[in-house]
Amino acid sequence: MEFTFDLNTIWFILIGILLSGYAILDGFDLGVGALHLLNKDDQDRRILINSIGPVWDGNEVWLITGGGALFAAFPDVYATVFSGFYEAFFLLLFVLIFRAVAIEFRSKRESRRWRRTWDFSFSISSIFIAFLAGVALGNIIQGIPISPNKEYLGDFWSLLNPYAILVGITAVALFMMHGSIYLTMKTEGDLHNRVREWVNNTIIFFSISYITLTMATLIYVPHMVKHFRDYPYFFFIALLNMLAIANIPREIQRGKDFRAFLSSSASILALITLVAIGIFPNFVLSNPNPQYSLDIYNAASSQRTLGIMLIIAIIGVPFVLAYTTSIYYIFRGKVKLDETSY
Amino acid sequence: MNVELLSRLQFAFTIGFHYIFPPLTIGLGVLLVIMEGLYLKTKNKLYENLTRFWIKIFGLIFAIGVASGIVMEFQFGTNWANYARFVGDIFGSALAAEGIFAFFLESGFLAILVFGWNRVGPKMHFFSTIMVSFGSMFSAVWIVIANSWQQTPAGFHLVQEGSRVRAELTDFWVAIFNHSTVDRLIHVLGGAWLAGSFLVISVSAYYLLKKRHIEFAKASMKIGLAFAMFASLFQLFTGDQSGRMISVHQPAKLAALEGHYDSTKPAALHLFGWVNEKKERVEVGIAIPGLLSFLVHRNFSQPVIGLNDFPPSDRPPVNFVFQTFHIMVGIGVLLILLSLLGIIFWWRGTLWEKRWLLYIFVIAVLGPQISNELGWFSAEVGRQPWIVYGLMRTSEGMSAAVNVGQNIFSLVLFLIIYSLLFVLFIFLLDRKIKHGPEDIEDHGSTYEAQRHGLESLPIIRKGKKKK
Repeated sequence: MEFTFDLNTIWFILIGILLSGYAILDGFDLGVGALHLLNKDDQDRRILINSIGPVWDGNEVWLITGGGALFAAFPDVYATVFSGFYEAFFLLLFVLIFRAVAIEFRSKRESRRWRRTWDFSFSISSIFIAFLAGVALGNIIQGIPISPNKEYLGDFWSLLNPYAILVGITAVALFMMHGSIYLTMKTEGDLHNRVREWVNNTIIFFSISYITLTMATLIYVPHMVKHFRDYPYFFFIALLNMLAIANIPREIQRGKDFRAFLSSSASILALITLVAIGIFPNFVLSNPNPQYSLDIYNAASSQRTLGIMLIIAIIGVPFVLAYTTSIYYIFRGKVKLDETSY
Repeated sequence: MNVELLSRLQFAFTIGFHYIFPPLTIGLGVLLVIMEGLYLKTKNKLYENLTRFWIKIFGLIFAIGVASGIVMEFQFGTNWANYARFVGDIFGSALAAEGIFAFFLESGFLAILVFGWNRVGPKMHFFSTIMVSFGSMFSAVWIVIANSWQQTPAGFHLVQEGSRVRAELTDFWVAIFNHSTVDRLIHVLGGAWLAGSFLVISVSAYYLLKKRHIEFAKASMKIGLAFAMFASLFQLFTGDQSGRMISVHQPAKLAALEGHYDSTKPAALHLFGWVNEKKERVEVGIAIPGLLSFLVHRNFSQPVIGLNDFPPSDRPPVNFVFQTFHIMVGIGVLLILLSLLGIIFWWRGTLWEKRWLLYIFVIAVLGPQISNELGWFSAEVGRQPWIVYGLMRTSEGMSAAVNVGQNIFSLVLFLIIYSLLFVLFIFLLDRKIKHGPEDIEDHGSTYEAQRHGLESLPIIRKGKKKK
């Protein structure tokens, strides 16, 4: 791997950071959604929804901004992937809208049927979003057929291959684990005890999926490990990831819920870093015909645009981080329902 | 049916639906700053009531705006991939900047606005309101920059890359402040302010007619009317600016707006009319001769470039652009008159008895909505057949990887979900309005009542047999 720390590489890393931000933040609220139906009581369900109430649409902004940044920095990747995964993206948009509506409307009426319908939509769409995101990532990892004109050559059904589905399931498991850990910080009493059980179960679910996925990657997608063979010190990230996951039950046991959440966030960051190292310098590997791959050079915008965008990011990101942290700080602590709640 | 037509229909439908919401939040955002500012200054509970009620409405509108907005961010890639490859260097940057500078600001502080009443002090809450209002306007800034570059591209050069050409940035500030950015931005903001103020006016008029929440409604109405008066006159000025800008930079569009064909003659301004595109003239209309020449050149007899200067393949659909433009202008004039009438009667102290005017105010909420939509239609259809004016034709911008079947699937999907969304939105908006503002003094007790209502919900419901 030739590594030059140029603007293209910086933007590869920045897009990775935006997507990690999305996965860590929206990840927990998707996880909360995935676990939502495990509660039968209306009051408990309201607490779950309100635990993510003030922050979920801010979390989604990471995805929107990630999409915008991809468009700006690597327009060919944006164009090829979005037009290529056409049906998948429209299904994703469909469930994203559905989920937003479900959260917003669920508690607006007291009718039980109304609430059950929206509870169901909220939960199913949360699972679906995580799954589709995973499937898309799975296809990026494996590589997709691309023409010399940078156009996707497959169809919707070829996206639903076993490996991609396995990544999809792992994404659901990961977000369920992450969401349940988030909920330990937000709940108290009886509900809190149940949530702690969810944490244990979802860690097991995630570990099984993750181990299976790792084996599948080693066997079926060997190009992903090339950089790890060439530069063994990258293996430490994989090790850190395992330690972070192992640390979660330990912190939960000691009642340090926030530290468990940090561990789980670190694990998500490590996972995305592992994928990024594996695919670098490609964004989208062409499989077969790797010479048509979209990489950080042939798919990028001009150096001037990348430079200006970097200045925009340097000005904007500190603000984003400042108010994201203040919002989370203002809404810290256990959920208390009041007249402004959902 | 071909992919170009389907993709255009889909874009028009999704953006048309989305654009119901952002102008309302932009306009309402400014009004919220005024209302909460008045509350902090006077400490009058009435203004707190106002702020709390309108924030609830704002939250609902914002939620649907976000939900339908995500689609817009991705649609350039899904349906307009060739366009995205061509303009990514410039257009993409504006969208990314919108995310970083506007969306985070807006969504972050909105959380405090809606959920933070009991968590932050009044000053911090007011600060958040200002930030949300800024956020919503920053979003308009970047979107209008991106769209204006499509209309009047500048600050770029074309680069050949293999079989493809793409536009690359040469001068950031020239691209950002291209010829039409500022004129179009102020016109868009003015339209949004009108949308927000007429929503407030409409709901207040409804309460006054129903004799409910009288004090609340009067206070809301006054703020709404004052702002509507300002915004509607502001639109007169910005509309004129935009017109003169188009005459220089998009002459084919200006000619289409007025159905003006003959470049050797001074141009008339039509009050209304019907363009016969075959005979190349305006039929059955009323026109003021020379007025368009005057608006463009400040001279009644100077000729204006007409559509005959452009081959038919470079002309937009003339009558469509003519009609949408004229309805927009007509509604704009009506809104000025309505605001003026309201102000006059308010000044005379008879506004609250003028029931006929209140009835008109209730439905006037549709005015800015329709004219905002139609204004964009005339701007975007008037740009045709170009997706980037003079550089790339719309027919060259679609995704090569997308076929008719896929496009029908996505269009139908969105027709269904947006219809559902719209029904739900109206239903909930109606409920919120009928429910009306809470009385602040009763807050503790309403809270208790709500809790009680929720906890006993299953018991109440058990009495009712399920079907």
